[in-house]
Amino acid sequence: MPLAVCCSELRKTYPGKPPVEAVRGIDLEVSEGECFGVLGPNGAGKTTLIEILEGLMPATSGDVSLLGMRWTDQPDAIREQIGISLQETRFSDKLNVWETLSLFRSFYRRGIEPEEAIARVSLQEKTDAWVKDLSGGQRQRLAVATALIGDPALLFLDEPTTGLDPHSRRELWDIIRGCRQQGRTTVLTTHYMEEAERLCDRVAIVDRGRIIALGSPRELIARLGGDHVVEFSLGPDLPLPACSPEKWQDLPAVTGFRYDGQVVHLSVTEPHVVLPALLARIERHAWRLASLTTRHASLDDVFVVLTGHAMDETEAEERAV
Amino acid sequence: MNQATAVRKRHHRPFVNLVLARFREFSREPAAIFWVYVFPLILVVALGAAFRDRPVSGLTVVLADGPGADATRRALESEPRLETRIVDADRAYDRLRTGQADLMIVVDPSAAPRYEYLFDPTQAASLLTREMANSVLQRAARPDPHAIRDRPLDEPGTRYIDFLVPGLLGLGLLGGGLWGVGYAIVDMRIRKLLKRYLATPMRRGHFLGAIMASRLLFTISEVVLLLIFSRLFFGVTSRGSYLAVAVLILLGAFQFSGIGLLVASRARTIETLSGLMNAVMLPMWIGSGLFFPIERFPGIVQPLLRLLPLTPLIAGLRGVMLEGAGLWAVVPQMGLILLWGVATFALALRIFRWT
Repeated sequence: MPLAVCCSELRKTYPGKPPVEAVRGIDLEVSEGECFGVLGPNGAGKTTLIEILEGLMPATSGDVSLLGMRWTDQPDAIREQIGISLQETRFSDKLNVWETLSLFRSFYRRGIEPEEAIARVSLQEKTDAWVKDLSGGQRQRLAVATALIGDPALLFLDEPTTGLDPHSRRELWDIIRGCRQQGRTTVLTTHYMEEAERLCDRVAIVDRGRIIALGSPRELIARLGGDHVVEFSLGPDLPLPACSPEKWQDLPAVTGFRYDGQVVHLSVTEPHVVLPALLARIERHAWRLASLTTRHASLDDVFVVLTGHAMDETEAEERAV
Repeated sequence: MNQATAVRKRHHRPFVNLVLARFREFSREPAAIFWVYVFPLILVVALGAAFRDRPVSGLTVVLADGPGADATRRALESEPRLETRIVDADRAYDRLRTGQADLMIVVDPSAAPRYEYLFDPTQAASLLTREMANSVLQRAARPDPHAIRDRPLDEPGTRYIDFLVPGLLGLGLLGGGLWGVGYAIVDMRIRKLLKRYLATPMRRGHFLGAIMASRLLFTISEVVLLLIFSRLFFGVTSRGSYLAVAVLILLGAFQFSGIGLLVASRARTIETLSGLMNAVMLPMWIGSGLFFPIERFPGIVQPLLRLLPLTPLIAGLRGVMLEGAGLWAVVPQMGLILLWGVATFALALRIFRWT
């Protein structure tokens, strides 16, 4: 299958003292028609990576080709065929939705009518509304509409749902799914693991400028060794050995152990097998159970296992400029 | 993916669309309309009124240097409310015209009329000074009154307001060009709209050209309004052709759009922009001959002042409007204006920051 995005050995170092290495050697291949997610905490280098791909920023070194073309050779041809939604764009307040799209439409040789773009993102009722009167979710849908106006083969969406309420987020997911069904290749960045699990065929988990895991969400979760996670914590004055791995790893169906100082996390294949054994052991030691939950494993768990820290604990130390 | 793929439709004209977008935004911003169109008119009225009704205290007479000037000054000194100075004739005329002196007297002891009075009949102070000076001089000449001649500067082109209006036209073009272009660009940069545009196949030249073109249209309509207003309320007209005035205004608007583009080419915040704008505009407010002729500055700085972008524009407009100069006569000024416009535009294109 032909490649929509291909990059190799991509690096970006921002000059400074000390220099900031935002992207440290990334190789990526996205096939045509694929919905590809770039995941990672804030400051992982996602935006830097995607803006290099979008041609908005030169790489320090490395190679990029989109739809078989290079930025150095055919920048205009590439721009005609890609659609972009930046992490945060505030369109002109005093233009209405139709006027904004009509302006963007005029930049492309071919594309769809503003009315059609409006329909694709379900903003028909807001056609004549000024941008300043749109809600956050509506503005984000407008941003996606401007990305679609040139009828692109390849779509880049940088954090399309950040800061939106759950309802607006779901509406955008439907729009993105719609793009995929039309055969567009979509590359999106997000720091919501749930979003990537629901939308993406494959994801790359990025941390500190490197890809630390690549594959379909299902594959990545499967690598944890168990689809489920059992989390529990014990009463306040519990003896230290209670939290050591050897106390729990031998329980049936347990494939992984992690203790974060408060809660013990077990990766398990079959919760109904491990739970009776777990409770029996706690009872035997006369420890007190403070909390117990079970859930499906998610990409969050993959991230924690790979990096040793949770997504939201990561400091944004490598902020993209 | 290819359904409804439209090929070159009526709305596919990026330049026209960009200009149209600027027009829509501008016309939906009531505050901008006030500052662009109403404020300059208020300025003209305020300044016109300020130079009309000056307090009567401290009436000044300038005597054109020559034989008999000294004796006349001594005679006038008997009236304490008059302050008399002797300066050479050209300078005296400038002072009168720019409202610095209320009356100019040319003395010729050997001829009749002996005294020639030049004054601005639209200014009460000027008329009063003429009456007072005349009565003092006639009293000294008793019993035979001196022959006199009045030369009221009532023809358009000779009053202070005539001197002021070309300066205000220049001021309008300066402010409109710099702020209009600069603010629009920095605002779009802050909104990341410039970056968003950059990610489309839009031509950069189309964008910058559209910003300049829309600004040109706004400022030109602004100064035309100012011209009509000055004509209706102050009777300010041009001695030279209005075509020449139009050419100068067009060039000036172009020049200041270019300078605005350059000032805004890298600024990332409105604060930075304001600082830069003031730094660029202040020397022109002071040194371009807006309110008084630049000959008033020390001779050593005058050549520098003549190079400021606003100076040749105002000089050119005054040449045409006050002295009736033709386009050929203001070619040097036009050349300098054009040079400023082209140079700043070219430099701005090179260093422009899109992100």
